[in-house]
Amino acid sequence: MSLNSVNVKVAAIERVTPLVKHFTLVREDGGKLPPFSGGSHIVVSMDAGGKVYRNAYSLMGSPEDTDAYHISVRRQERSRGGSVFMHDKVTEGSALQITAPTNLFAISRMGRKHVLIAGGIGITPFMSQLHDIARNGFDYELHYAFRSPEHGAFSDQLKARCGERAHFYVDSNGKKLDIREVLSRQPLGTHVYVCGPGTMVAAVLETARDLGWPERHIHSEQFGAPPGGEPFKVALAKSGLEVEVPGDTSMLQALEDAGVEIDSLCRGGACGRCMTEVLACDGELLHHDDYLSEAEKASGKKMMPCVSRARCTHLLVNL
Amino acid sequence: MALAFKKETFRDDYTYRNSPEAIRRFPFPFPEDRYMYSVNMEPHVPGAKGSAVEHILDVDEHYVAECADKAITLAQDPGRYAALPHTMDAQWDVLELIMDALANDYPEQFKLSKNGNVWSWENKPLNIKDTFTFGDRDTLPMEPFEYIGRQIQGDWTILDQRDNDLYVDAGIVTSQADWSLMFDAGMSFMQWHGPVPQAHEMGIFERALKYLLNMQYGSPVRRFNWTMTINPRLDTSPENYEQWGQDRNTVTPQNAGEKVHLRVELQTLYRLPRSNGIVFSIRCYLISLEDLATYPRWAKRMHRVLRDLHPDLAEYKGLVKYRDAAVQWLSKFDDGAPLELGTQAE
Ligand code: HEM
Repeated sequence: MSLNSVNVKVAAIERVTPLVKHFTLVREDGGKLPPFSGGSHIVVSMDAGGKVYRNAYSLMGSPEDTDAYHISVRRQERSRGGSVFMHDKVTEGSALQITAPTNLFAISRMGRKHVLIAGGIGITPFMSQLHDIARNGFDYELHYAFRSPEHGAFSDQLKARCGERAHFYVDSNGKKLDIREVLSRQPLGTHVYVCGPGTMVAAVLETARDLGWPERHIHSEQFGAPPGGEPFKVALAKSGLEVEVPGDTSMLQALEDAGVEIDSLCRGGACGRCMTEVLACDGELLHHDDYLSEAEKASGKKMMPCVSRARCTHLLVNL
Repeated sequence: MALAFKKETFRDDYTYRNSPEAIRRFPFPFPEDRYMYSVNMEPHVPGAKGSAVEHILDVDEHYVAECADKAITLAQDPGRYAALPHTMDAQWDVLELIMDALANDYPEQFKLSKNGNVWSWENKPLNIKDTFTFGDRDTLPMEPFEYIGRQIQGDWTILDQRDNDLYVDAGIVTSQADWSLMFDAGMSFMQWHGPVPQAHEMGIFERALKYLLNMQYGSPVRRFNWTMTINPRLDTSPENYEQWGQDRNTVTPQNAGEKVHLRVELQTLYRLPRSNGIVFSIRCYLISLEDLATYPRWAKRMHRVLRDLHPDLAEYKGLVKYRDAAVQWLSKFDDGAPLELGTQAE
């Protein structure tokens, strides 16, 4: 988990469907953004006057375009509010922060053929994956289902890019995607990738397993846990200090910033060096490390401040 | 930085030597009197000025001679470079990483100019000047990974990340401590680490793998590993075992200072942007015990580490035949007094 972030500003906003807006992000300092691999996502932090929303969005543009990143946001009325904020409050010129791209939905380069299945806004990771597929000359099919013609974001662009490899299923026209039919006719060694509503993802995973596809050949989009979390306070028994841990900073970093001497090495929850004894916690320790055993985590007596946090009103550690 | 490249050999007459400056900056790896495997990984952030980790990649006085030795090994055994076809995106990623780093940190020696996808590269120490189109394999004399791999010290492997694991899918490996690219190609992280004693049981590889799978672009990682080599030889490969294996029987308490070399590997790992792969670089630093003893603190520490090394590790690292002779040679520097923690020379 890295908290390195880049300041960006919104260069353009385009409405692509009644519910989806496309945002073009450029670096605030005018520099280049890192190249990335198809299927990558970034975490966008929005400062809503005190409350910070952090949402993960797939990168849609060409991985070679390092001048701008492209994301699309579907307005989700019943969510925590990040997408509504992006739709209603963010304008051209708005400042945002993003993390470096992370990819948990990459094309498997050993695959013989790739079947991409998208539902609605789930098309976004495939927009960049298709660049990787084209550059490497991989064999593929795209199956894209959406509610009605006006909800088919980017479908014209996809028709032009993919030709007859793209198949569109428009619910309102009565055209349904038959997952079993699509998967049954694939050659051995094909990989399937799905991104869309939960029911569609579940149906693809289940059908592929049922047809005996190896687990390694079945991919569904995943976002990493967003870095950071809620702010909290930690009290230090030896020095009597109290340190605030902001939402976008690790506890280790906050302790170091406060001048506390604490040993550390990997800063990623693997080496065990920064292990800290917990003397009291009236809430929950949020363990994110790979070092402590499940039993040690459950005991609540130790934590790794490089990646772990707390949700409580009183945390006392032996530092 | 002014760099005077040495003319020297890593085989036959073994004229390799470290200058006093190279000894001073040697990446001595032992902060404590005891050594055991651990998850010794840390962010690869710039270290002290003049040290081996001051820059993203370290170019030192041995650069030209090491590249020449690499070329000899590749000419004798072209199989030391291998790459599966699907690594092409990763190969360009690595070329970019190395060219950017060298041109930024050593502007007197290396120059890179980018005009869109048309790049011009000048490597003055090796007398190379080429213009090519980034991403177009046919505009370089060989595959991009081999092209740039021949112009940088150390061994490099490209790992593809798939199925929550890492696979060695390409490598340019000419200075390895007794492991084989051909043998490990296509293996997973746990498989190629199979021969390592103790560390599996300690859960080290499981944690290290999780850490690497989460590694992000722009946040590289480093660790140190070490072994010992008789004579300053880079190519201690299983393929050429008959050329160096016997040397282990020639060490005596009298010649150990000159013959036995501490071999430190500075290993750095970088997430690659376009391919989502990882590149693993193993940079080898060699120093004779005699040169190490320029700083008695180091010799004293080395004596304790070697004397008390776990027998499984001594066996695995191939030190058994000459360990006693080396310990005896080093013992004259050890008065038994406690040594403070840390790798510092003085
Ligand atoms: C992903 C990149 C890596 C590659 C390609 C790699 C490769 C290797 C290879 C080929 C060996 C020799 C095995 C043999 O005897 O055949 C080795 C040894 C070893 N590796 Fe790795 N390794 C990697 C990362 C790591 C990491 C992250 C750790 C962290 C703890 C690690 C720990 C070790 C240890 C402790 C040994 C034994 C070394 C000795 O005693 O000399 N490796 N590795």
